[in-house]
Amino acid sequence: MSAPLLEVRNFTKSFPGVRALRGVSLTLARGEVLAVIGENGAGKSTLMKILAGVQRQDGGELLLDGERIEIRSVHDALARGIALIHQELNLADNLDVAANIFLGREPHRAGIMDARRLRREARQFLDAVGLDIDPSVLVSTLPIGKQQLVEIAKALSVDARVLIMDEPTSSLSSREAENLFAVIRDLRKRGVSIVYISHRLGEVKELADRVTVLRDGENAGELAREEIDHARMVKLMVGRDLSQFYPHQPHKPGDVALEVRALRTPANPQHEVSFSVSAGEIVGIAGLVGAGRTELVETIFGVTPALGGSIRLGGVEMVPQSPLDAIAAGLALVPEDRKQQGIVLGMSVRENVSLASLRRDQRHGFLNRPREAQLSAQMIADLRIKTPHDGQAAQFLSGGNQQKVVLGKWLALEPRVLLLDEPTRGIDVGAKQEIYRLMEELAGRGVAIIFVSSEMEEILGMSDRALVMHEGRIAGELQRAELSEESVLHLATGTHRTATLS
Amino acid sequence: MKKILGITGLLVVVCIITALASESFLSGYNLENLVRRTALFGIISIGVAFVIVTGGIDLSIGSVVCLVGCGLPWMLKTYHLPLPVALAVVAAVSVGIGLLHGLIITKLRIQPFVVTLCGLMMYRGITRGFTRDQTFGFGSDYGGLRVLSTGNIPLPFIKGFAIPAPWITLLVVAVLAAIFLNRTIWGRYLFALGRNEEAARYSGINTDRMVILAYVISSTLAGLGGVLFVLDVNSAQPVDFGNVYELYAIAAAVLGGCSLRGGEGSIIGVIVGAALMQVLRNMIMLTTTRTNIEFAIIGAVILLGVIADELVKRYAVRRRAAKALAGGQG
Repeated sequence: MSAPLLEVRNFTKSFPGVRALRGVSLTLARGEVLAVIGENGAGKSTLMKILAGVQRQDGGELLLDGERIEIRSVHDALARGIALIHQELNLADNLDVAANIFLGREPHRAGIMDARRLRREARQFLDAVGLDIDPSVLVSTLPIGKQQLVEIAKALSVDARVLIMDEPTSSLSSREAENLFAVIRDLRKRGVSIVYISHRLGEVKELADRVTVLRDGENAGELAREEIDHARMVKLMVGRDLSQFYPHQPHKPGDVALEVRALRTPANPQHEVSFSVSAGEIVGIAGLVGAGRTELVETIFGVTPALGGSIRLGGVEMVPQSPLDAIAAGLALVPEDRKQQGIVLGMSVRENVSLASLRRDQRHGFLNRPREAQLSAQMIADLRIKTPHDGQAAQFLSGGNQQKVVLGKWLALEPRVLLLDEPTRGIDVGAKQEIYRLMEELAGRGVAIIFVSSEMEEILGMSDRALVMHEGRIAGELQRAELSEESVLHLATGTHRTATLS
Repeated sequence: MKKILGITGLLVVVCIITALASESFLSGYNLENLVRRTALFGIISIGVAFVIVTGGIDLSIGSVVCLVGCGLPWMLKTYHLPLPVALAVVAAVSVGIGLLHGLIITKLRIQPFVVTLCGLMMYRGITRGFTRDQTFGFGSDYGGLRVLSTGNIPLPFIKGFAIPAPWITLLVVAVLAAIFLNRTIWGRYLFALGRNEEAARYSGINTDRMVILAYVISSTLAGLGGVLFVLDVNSAQPVDFGNVYELYAIAAAVLGGCSLRGGEGSIIGVIVGAALMQVLRNMIMLTTTRTNIEFAIIGAVILLGVIADELVKRYAVRRRAAKALAGGQG
């Protein structure tokens, strides 16, 4: 192989409470598609943000064309020809397509924008990504797949030689994804190097020339084109065989704990959702981003009250109007966005653990401090929360320990039904396994568990049964024996995508 | 406790400087007056602290002081209402204003800044309207009530200085407020929602109700302050009675350790902050002939204090983060 275009040597990076990168290296050749895979929290996103100039590394060096360079800002990265396409797109959707492509670099004469030239030049980059749209339409009117191509066109317009794509297919339909793959292959042919980050191992197998696997902020291994297969990738990602990683035991479901009847969520009011979960059962909810999974659990929990239908819990029929109603009925929700909805970062571990149970334990409105201290001590011990003392502010804990604090808050209330929305997002592998063990243990004690996950391995590894959502409704239900990446994707995308993937 | 050390130190320093610069600072008359004003401003500052803890702001305080301070003598003099009835009206109006603010802020999701800014303009305008800009006071009547503000509690063995009566009200308010904030579940809810309203709501806290409560406490204490202020000075001009008091109150709360981002604050700190504000004003009055630069000096001192506080906080966070990294992770 000729000298690499880009070389990362021994990157390290720490955040308060977390070592995101502990010495990561990688190389990227000209015209190569390099897939970077790893579980959430492995350090992929941090690595890419450093390359794109969003963050700076604490240590390690970066070589471009064999020459040592420093990237101090996004502007710097772009000037070197490195562009990042974010998972959440970074377009100004109140502007038209052409304006977005040239944002900050508008052709102008004495400060007056040359609109005609803008459109003309935009056209040429849109053609390069196979987008046949009018450059003067507003970005907000485009479907997400086309917005992504606009973002790629924008990257090409700054002459990007290295294109970093972070989970590009996470919100695309299968047709949009196929289209994107075609564009990627075309770019590769033209000598553009692509770093492709994805959870979808099927895609990686289809697209990548080489795979670099990260685990816990370190290089876990590398696979050449001919070595890429599902089992090898998973083994490198989790550090052991899958069967050992997920502690799943089949459960004997008890009585029905939660019954959801013709529930209509404000997000997808045209569909009625019905399903039930038994005590001691773990049910996974799979689907693409935007399929309505989070909206469903939030409606069950009363965050966004249902427009119709009801839930039946412990023999009582109800429509929760607030989390308070849901909690009173025996529900608990570990929400998707831990820092926004799960934990109060500035408060101590103790205050976070007790937040939901203060009401129950109150003494005529006064705090029950001894009870509070006892509860938090118990949760710190039971969940093995790593903290110097229970007065430590939650913001200084690692992601995994923060998530355990959120779990502890709910376990203190001894819920009958536990809803978990992306329970292991952004936490390291060790903490992940502990969360899985906890789920197992709770199910063993008769708690009904519903978990939403975008990680295929997690759905396959932990579910007794999986519900797959597609565009706001439940597209199908899979028993454990029927669960496979293909069967889940098939339902999640609403098409026969499997044929093109294998 | 550590937090109010800095501000208390600043208060002591400013007191010493002023005492050195002007002999009259330590005179019994000046100190008594200073302590009295501190108590009055302390009460309205505690009110706004509740709102600030939720991450909100209440700009209407000065105008509520005006409405109540002018409205009370106006009702008594113009309509000869019995005192209990007039006080009841004043209480109802004060509570009602907070309820109105809270409901608009939580149910219609309009920013507190806008809602209470409009309140600031409306309540003064309304007062000027019904009083026709005339000054109202109690004259020589209601002496028994005025003792609440003007009275003194003599100290044994000390001559020439007595504790001004508003301190009784302040102490009652402060103790109740401190107990509420630190010992009840609702106080905890206020701190939690001030730091992260969404997480508080997801934890089953009725956040809207708590926010409304904070605005009711703020306007109620502003009303109580308005009554005590007018009892003290015995003459209220609708044009400027209570003018910019909301800023004194907010500044006192911020100096006392309340973060405008919400979720932080202590009652003792707020009282020390209110005292610092009054000493600063007193210093300017005693040591210069140009009292018109008062705002410039107060503004500068607050700015420096807040910057120093932020720098210290950042340093502490960085140190703790480094410690957590070294200890927590293997």
